[in-house]
Amino acid sequence: MAGPKYPGFDTLALHAGQSPDAATGARAVPIYQSTSYVFRDTEHAASLFNMERAGHVYSRISNPTVAVLEERIAALEGGVGAIATASGQAALHLAVATLMGAGGHIVASGSLYGGSHNLLAYTLKRFGIDTTFVSPRDPENFRKAVRENTRLLFAETLGNPGLDVLDIPSVAAIAHQAKVPLLVDATFTTPYLMQPFELGADLLYHSATKFLGGHGVAIGGVLADSGRFDWEASGKFDTLTAPYAGFHNMDFEEESGTRAFLLRARREGLRDFGACMAPMTAFQILQGVETLHLRMPRHVENTRKVVAFLDQHPAVEEVIYPELASHPDHELCRKLLPKGAGAVFSFEIKGGRPAGRKFIESLRVFSHLANVGDAKSLVIHPATTTHYRMSDEDLKRAGITAGTVRLSIGLEDAQDLIDDLERSLKAAMK
Amino acid sequence: MNFKVDGKAAFAYTAAHELVADKRTLVFVHGAGLDHSSFGLQSRYFGYHGWNVLALDLPGHGRSAGPPLPDIGSMADWVFKFLDQISVPGKVNLTGHSMGALVALECAARQPARVERIALIGVAYPMKVSDAFLDAARRNDPAAFDMETIWGHAAQVPLRGDPNPGMWMYGDTLARLRRLAPGVLYNDLKACNVYQLAGSVQCPVLFVLGKRDVMTPPRGAAALQERLKDSKTVVIELSGHSLMAEAPDATLDALAAFFR
Repeated sequence: MAGPKYPGFDTLALHAGQSPDAATGARAVPIYQSTSYVFRDTEHAASLFNMERAGHVYSRISNPTVAVLEERIAALEGGVGAIATASGQAALHLAVATLMGAGGHIVASGSLYGGSHNLLAYTLKRFGIDTTFVSPRDPENFRKAVRENTRLLFAETLGNPGLDVLDIPSVAAIAHQAKVPLLVDATFTTPYLMQPFELGADLLYHSATKFLGGHGVAIGGVLADSGRFDWEASGKFDTLTAPYAGFHNMDFEEESGTRAFLLRARREGLRDFGACMAPMTAFQILQGVETLHLRMPRHVENTRKVVAFLDQHPAVEEVIYPELASHPDHELCRKLLPKGAGAVFSFEIKGGRPAGRKFIESLRVFSHLANVGDAKSLVIHPATTTHYRMSDEDLKRAGITAGTVRLSIGLEDAQDLIDDLERSLKAAMK
Repeated sequence: MNFKVDGKAAFAYTAAHELVADKRTLVFVHGAGLDHSSFGLQSRYFGYHGWNVLALDLPGHGRSAGPPLPDIGSMADWVFKFLDQISVPGKVNLTGHSMGALVALECAARQPARVERIALIGVAYPMKVSDAFLDAARRNDPAAFDMETIWGHAAQVPLRGDPNPGMWMYGDTLARLRRLAPGVLYNDLKACNVYQLAGSVQCPVLFVLGKRDVMTPPRGAAALQERLKDSKTVVIELSGHSLMAEAPDATLDALAAFFR
């Protein structure tokens, strides 16, 4: 007898989390542009506030349009649920603030998006949360940095900008031995290319601004929980396992072992920090999610063509892309990213900073801006933009030099992209 | 709240309230492979509306120490041992879901003097489990978790919204099942599969059934409804087997009206 079957990824990308609107029958996800929701009576109001009934109260805490996006991402990632936030940075902050306060410690990959590095290295430090940065290439580096007060291991699925492939199974095992969760930033891989929860990660987030939206019109983030980390058994997370005076003395883990993290993140984090997603933003990002399974293969296909072109070009010193045999994580990439290593990569142009500047200014199809994961192809010079606050030592640790150029390959005709690059490389070499 | 039964750790969710002698008591008993949090919203409601609430973790489930108990009769006896430990005065009311409904039924049959009313959610009698499901569970094959997850919800669930904003019902069920020790799900399914009600039940009974339930479809309760004369039934139109999650408000409304 054949067992029951889950809906496929493509079907979930289009349907998960949404019923046709009960009031109007609308098939598209309606934009519930409402701050608040009318209670049936005082008893109903009290029971919603006290989590005795399901529903929406105030759109900072939850909103019907935003909830569709949250459920859809949870479904695509195989998690218990998700919380959409104002940005990817808000998602990272929400995760950290839910797990620890002053005195907490994070072991993080040194190969991070510059904004994440800023938050961990400078801002959270001001609030008493310390971070030790390690090279993610050897998982043992995470183990060596764990302290008694460590509460989180954190890395990107594909490091920024060197595209270090995170050995999630190994790092997750180290995290679990230390009785702490592993959080990954899965922005570059999306649930289409990699499912971190299946590999052992406990929490993940996306900058939904990037590939999930894909259109570059909305800033947002999504934080998802696998529901598999046992907070009670760990004994290190009072925020989840002790009564919380700020919400009716609720012990979130006692309410639900699988939902504890998201309960606290929503009931405290969204309530107090307030970095929620707007319903219009959720609608816009949902438009992208509905075609994620069609766009990502094309992103990867175009990227492979561009990488092949650059890899043989005499003006290029080196191309850093995990699918190339020259990349140190090539074998790990084959194992963990069989559908492709994404559409963001970097290369080293010969001639250093002056050549890089000339190259970028000569491009016509690529847009020079601080974003990735758009349907349009993008280019940036990390040393002077996204990573400009990092010290030379941190830059070196992150695999960046003055000549590093980062590309985000879009959905244009691949030959047009190659022609644009060829002409601009020629200009840079003059 | 942590207790001891037979010297072993036993847990019951009390909605953050102390047990009080002059309140009526409502005991919640979860289904196969699950735990007290299956009744999250409903148990919390009763706890904040004048009831002593005891949402149990049966042995080997949630925070209660194992091993799991091998049959429904042992589980019913354990419920009474639990109640003996905490000296709840007077009769208790019970709400059970699926396997837990059989436990509630057996409690009412074994010690009628101690049971006031019972609510049976997502119940069938006999509660036969398919050979494929039992076999997968016996082998601790993850396919058993998939079967419980998919058959345990209405077919429409993965393609519609969760009443709890931002939650993904399939993922939550799978995450709960993956926390189980090997053999627990098989133990529970086997207990359901062989259960026979030997005694009679005289107290008022509420059936709460999901019209789209493929695991215990409403017609599967007919024999029991025929046998239990003092019963009434609420069928929830849009729900499958996981009524507390799929239709939390309708399930709560049915319980609140019955236990009023």
